[in-house]
Amino acid sequence: MARIGSLPAGGSVAATRQISARTVGRRSGWTLRGLVLLFLVLMLVYFVIPLFWLVVSATKTNDELFSTFGLWFAPDFHLLENLHDVFTYDNGIFVTWLTNSAYYAVVSALGASLIATLAGYTFAKLSFPGRELVFAIILGSIMVPNTALAIPTYLLLSKVGLVNTPLAIILPSLVTPFGVYLMRVYAEQALPDDLLDAARVDGASEWRIFWSIALRLLAPGFVTVLLLTFVGTWNNFFLPLVVTNNPAYYPLTVGLANWNQLSQAFSGSRILYTLVITGSLISVIPLMIGFLFLQRYWQGGLTFGSLRS
Amino acid sequence: MIPSRHMARHSQTEAIQQAIEVQELAPPSSGLLSSLRHWRHWRHWRQRALIPYLFLLPFLLLFSFFILVPLLYALWTSFFIERLIGGTTFVGLQNYQEVLHDGNFWEGVRNVLLLLFTQVPLMLGLALGLALLLDSQIVRFKTIFRLGYFLPYAIPSVIGALLWGYLYSAHIGPFAQLAELLHWPPPPFLTAAGLLPSIANILTWQWTGYNMVILYAALQAIPPELYDAARVDGASGWEIARHIKIPLIAPAIVLTVVFSIIGTLQLFNEPQIMTAIVPNLIQDHYTPNLYAYNLAFTNQQYNYAAAVSFVLGAVVFVFSYVFMLVTYRRGQR
Repeated sequence: MARIGSLPAGGSVAATRQISARTVGRRSGWTLRGLVLLFLVLMLVYFVIPLFWLVVSATKTNDELFSTFGLWFAPDFHLLENLHDVFTYDNGIFVTWLTNSAYYAVVSALGASLIATLAGYTFAKLSFPGRELVFAIILGSIMVPNTALAIPTYLLLSKVGLVNTPLAIILPSLVTPFGVYLMRVYAEQALPDDLLDAARVDGASEWRIFWSIALRLLAPGFVTVLLLTFVGTWNNFFLPLVVTNNPAYYPLTVGLANWNQLSQAFSGSRILYTLVITGSLISVIPLMIGFLFLQRYWQGGLTFGSLRS
Repeated sequence: MIPSRHMARHSQTEAIQQAIEVQELAPPSSGLLSSLRHWRHWRHWRQRALIPYLFLLPFLLLFSFFILVPLLYALWTSFFIERLIGGTTFVGLQNYQEVLHDGNFWEGVRNVLLLLFTQVPLMLGLALGLALLLDSQIVRFKTIFRLGYFLPYAIPSVIGALLWGYLYSAHIGPFAQLAELLHWPPPPFLTAAGLLPSIANILTWQWTGYNMVILYAALQAIPPELYDAARVDGASGWEIARHIKIPLIAPAIVLTVVFSIIGTLQLFNEPQIMTAIVPNLIQDHYTPNLYAYNLAFTNQQYNYAAAVSFVLGAVVFVFSYVFMLVTYRRGQR
């Protein structure tokens, strides 16, 4: 643009042709832009409208769910009553599920990302016999179907008496082969070998190099794995479904699925519809807030995961 | 220069080694050098193997307890059958033979393969299209779009399935309400024919944004100089996307496909939630994973369930592996 603008007024034929081609291009560009924008907005509606429905429905009574149009608010507002119902139903079991989810997710995420960071750093920066073989085995395990693991895990955990304990959910969640992969890729890019060698020459122990030099530089990757594991544990359904059958240890996902089953089975006691809907809304809010504020990290994580083929 | 120095050092070590050997042949009175050698050997070994494996220990321990041991244990149980009378007996590969002839299992496999060949290309095509549009220069407000598209990923898939279950409902779903307003029959979301497309839609809604972000991130990592030249030559945005951007992000595309293959073949959450909503439409073997779960926890057939899981694992492996092989071959050509 600037280059063309700087040409003298009576420029060469070629330049004039170029300018007119650009104007035409710009005009058809406008309709193209309009169409693209329309498409993008329609897609946005598709992705967001179920959530809008969830918000709207959380403000309605059971009867209003049936009698009013789903995508707009009813004349009266019942969000507070619904929240009250969710938090007090069945002696406030929902609060237990909420704390369980938070507890499982926080502990698993912290532990898993620390362990994965240490492992990823080791694979990236220390050379040792068997490195590639061990790494290949870890990566290969991503393909194992989760039932193939969950069922024997349940049997083994029940043999050592860990079924229906928080450990039954937390311990398996500490293993993140994908997190190790991410941290290896990240450490390879983010840690200069010279720096580590300099520390070695100065006589720092390997542990000290990791703990006080590497960990600080790996912080962004660490936070990414933390986020991914947090989301993974918070959203996990299959593992807790298998290893718990006591509602006192359910996370939100299993608890809400249970309420849903009850609400469908006894359609007479329809009060559960509003419970499931409002409960779902509450369970979604923490993650959405986290995602909006920590964008930089999850996007970073998905980037460096995809860079290496 | 370097080889000769290397050789010099090599012969030097050889000389030392010979000296040590001579020392070793000597009577045990001169143990100093020998212990020095031990110390050096140990230090070397510690640096090379002990410390790395110590660092890996926490992960490897958990990995063994929660992935390797369960896997081996499941493999072991899959070779037995349990009878009420007679107890547990070793039957070798009999369970596997049964799985291979089990119509229920293959019906489930057919369902997930249908999704794999219809929903996955659709979803990844959409994700790629959106990523390219957001990466192009013709779109504004990119952040809003990107966040909006990614939002469903932040929602637990169980909640996503519950949510769509309500949206599909013939009573409280807005689509049925709209249809009623227009005096149309309610849309056949939760019917025998409509169920698989309905599940496909939930998956597309939930995972398009995730895949889009992976692809978008890869696109952002391309240095712009790479297509500045093409742009100066008058290449259109579409041509740049087709001939420069897509080939450059091929590894990321392969990654999304492999993740989708693994995820789709192991489908569980959505049909499990749907079972509660439309119990008579979703059989206990709607997907192979659901089948294995029901075999284990409803029928207590742990041994057979283990065999089903392993055959499913083999199917997942074959599909991912074949896909990677094919794309790798193409890349080589």
